[in-house]
Amino acid sequence: MTDYKISAKGVQVYYGDNHAIKDVDVQIEDKTVTAFIGPSGCGKSTFLRTLNRMNDTIDICRVVGDIRIDGEDIYDPAVDPVQLRAKVGMVFQKPNPFPKSIYDNVAYGPKIHGLARNKADLDEIVEKSLRKAALWNEAKDRLDAPGTGLSGGQQQRLCIARAIATAPEVLLMDEPCSALDPIATAQVEELIDELRQSYSVVIVTHSMQQAARVSQRTAFFHLGNLVEYGETDKIFTNPEDPRTESYISGRIG
Amino acid sequence: MSTSKHGSLLTLDARTKKRNAAEKRFRAYGLGAIVIAVAALAMLLISIIANGASSFRQTYISFPVTISAEEIEAAESSLLKTGAYNKIIQTGLLAYLTERDLLQDTPEADAFGMISGEAGSTFRQFILANPDAAGTTFQLDLLANGRIDGYYKGRVTAETAALDKNVTPAQLELADRLAADGALVKQFNWDFFTNPDASDQRPEAAGLGVAILGSLYMMAVVLCLALPIGVAASIYLEEFARKNWITDVIEVNIANLAAVPSIVYGILGLAIFINFAEFNQSSPLVGGLVLTLMTLPTIIISTRASLKSIPPSIRDAALGVGASKMQSVFHHVLPLASPGILTGTIIGLAQALGETAPLLLIGMVAFVKEYPAAYTADAGLFGEASTALPVQVFNWTQRSDPAFVERASGAIITLLIFLLIMNALAIFLRKKFERRW
Ligand SMILES: Nc1ncnc2c1ncn2[C@@H]1O[C@H](COP(=O)(O)OP(=O)(O)OP(=O)(O)O)[C@@H](O)[C@H]1O
Ligand SMILES: [Mg+2]
Repeated sequence: MTDYKISAKGVQVYYGDNHAIKDVDVQIEDKTVTAFIGPSGCGKSTFLRTLNRMNDTIDICRVVGDIRIDGEDIYDPAVDPVQLRAKVGMVFQKPNPFPKSIYDNVAYGPKIHGLARNKADLDEIVEKSLRKAALWNEAKDRLDAPGTGLSGGQQQRLCIARAIATAPEVLLMDEPCSALDPIATAQVEELIDELRQSYSVVIVTHSMQQAARVSQRTAFFHLGNLVEYGETDKIFTNPEDPRTESYISGRIG
Repeated sequence: MSTSKHGSLLTLDARTKKRNAAEKRFRAYGLGAIVIAVAALAMLLISIIANGASSFRQTYISFPVTISAEEIEAAESSLLKTGAYNKIIQTGLLAYLTERDLLQDTPEADAFGMISGEAGSTFRQFILANPDAAGTTFQLDLLANGRIDGYYKGRVTAETAALDKNVTPAQLELADRLAADGALVKQFNWDFFTNPDASDQRPEAAGLGVAILGSLYMMAVVLCLALPIGVAASIYLEEFARKNWITDVIEVNIANLAAVPSIVYGILGLAIFINFAEFNQSSPLVGGLVLTLMTLPTIIISTRASLKSIPPSIRDAALGVGASKMQSVFHHVLPLASPGILTGTIIGLAQALGETAPLLLIGMVAFVKEYPAAYTADAGLFGEASTALPVQVFNWTQRSDPAFVERASGAIITLLIFLLIMNALAIFLRKKFERRW
């Protein structure tokens, strides 16, 4: 139908009476990294969460509009959000490993989705995911140790490994590097670049440099509106909207 | 030397002094509060233990008895079987007393009166259990009368005996001679935990057997009903239900139910389970159902609190990898919450174990001499009449014989030990399964 992986039209999100996302249209391409930037509270996380229907868990949250992934309306009553979330993985702002072993953290998704036929399969998925998340070398000798015993940065990479273990097609990342040091950040950014080969990645970030480094396309949100969306290079060098310009040059935020 | 605008660090300024004084005072208040609480608790424990510890030891009279097969046959075919066995005991006692020259000028009736009225049936049980004893002579330990027992526990003296129609000073003197002869012994009172209740005249034979059994049955009912219902209700309210005014109303009501006086549950139980559903009165089933109603709010409140304490990020994590709501609850939230749920359940059970008022209303005060069976075809599951530990305490404190005061205190100690074990178990489980993240 379209070349776009995700296409959102006229999306409104309300938290009770709070109109958090106002009429947003976005088309996200497959095998690209799309960055969402904008000042705190502008609705980046909110919009990101509409893409895998994590907002369903918030009682007062109401989503209006049309969001399609691969041309299918994900808010269609026939869609089971559980199936959707297997296809659209998510990494949260705060690392949230399960209080279980490193192995079980990664193996949980494949297990419940029946992705592994036997233990060897599962072992392979766990190793591949941990390798991709640049955690294998640190974790291979302590797969039975609790995931919560890792450092903050390691935990975040564990969460990334957990998300990619279910083989999603879209990966949503909400400020995945906010708890990481520069070295771990560089590792995650490298990982994101690699993931681009197979996934469509959407990343929320507060770091202009990061957005510029990892993304091909950038969307700038402000007070619930999508102000500007386009090629990352163009947004950062030659923004059309004055609000975008003042944000990336540090005048609003 | 110190010329900075903050002054010297070596001298306290007025504000710091005041703050430190306030802190010291507050610490003293706290310490005082703890001292008062501990002193109150210690006083309570000391008074109960001082009154009740003696109930764990009981005075027995030990002497040889001979019984022939014919005597057994005659006793078994007589109308008053225990009476016939009593005769044989008395013959044995008299033979022993004359042989050792202990009787002296004590009337025979007084000597016989020193043995508990319960002895005949104890003896009969023994003979029925050991048919080989026929034709032999064997040593028999028989309960001494409650007054004689009281004499060795300081309850009865020669002066009180003179005024008491149930005991004579001559009996006490004989008891002393028996003790000197080694025939009067104090033993650990296992019967206290296994015997059923006994009549007003035989405090020495009264035990907690039926009450402990009844309490255990009721705890089984409460555990099997309140835990699953309470946990299911909490999971639904906490994890699945949309938060709206209906859940608010339910929440307020649960909190209210937890504070409703327990006797109200007794009235409810009487109306619903006995008058309407027509379950057996005094049965552990009805008691258990009433206590279930009473315990449910406690379990729901503590379960909800432990579910609430699980960080939402764990739920997000599970949902984020495509787990269903139920998988996120059962794979992640519930295991993490289980130590808290267990603790709440055990505390709820402990509360139920000590509850008296509602059980009085549903007729569990009855005098029960038969051990209730867990299941009979007639009465159904837990349907036979029974009592419960706290009710037995209440019951014994109502009786006039001071020997029952000792028994009641002993029962309280037993109840406290059960509660202590349960609470220790709760702490142990919490420590064992507690996980950090
Ligand atoms: N669970 C919620 N309930 C009610 N209002 C919410 C909720 N989550 C977010 N909001 C509101 O929606 C708006 C957008 O919030 P959102 O979390 O999407 O911002 P954000 O752009 O991700 O900010 P940040 O960069 O600080 O993470 C805010 O006004 C916020 O108050
Ligand atoms: Mg956010």
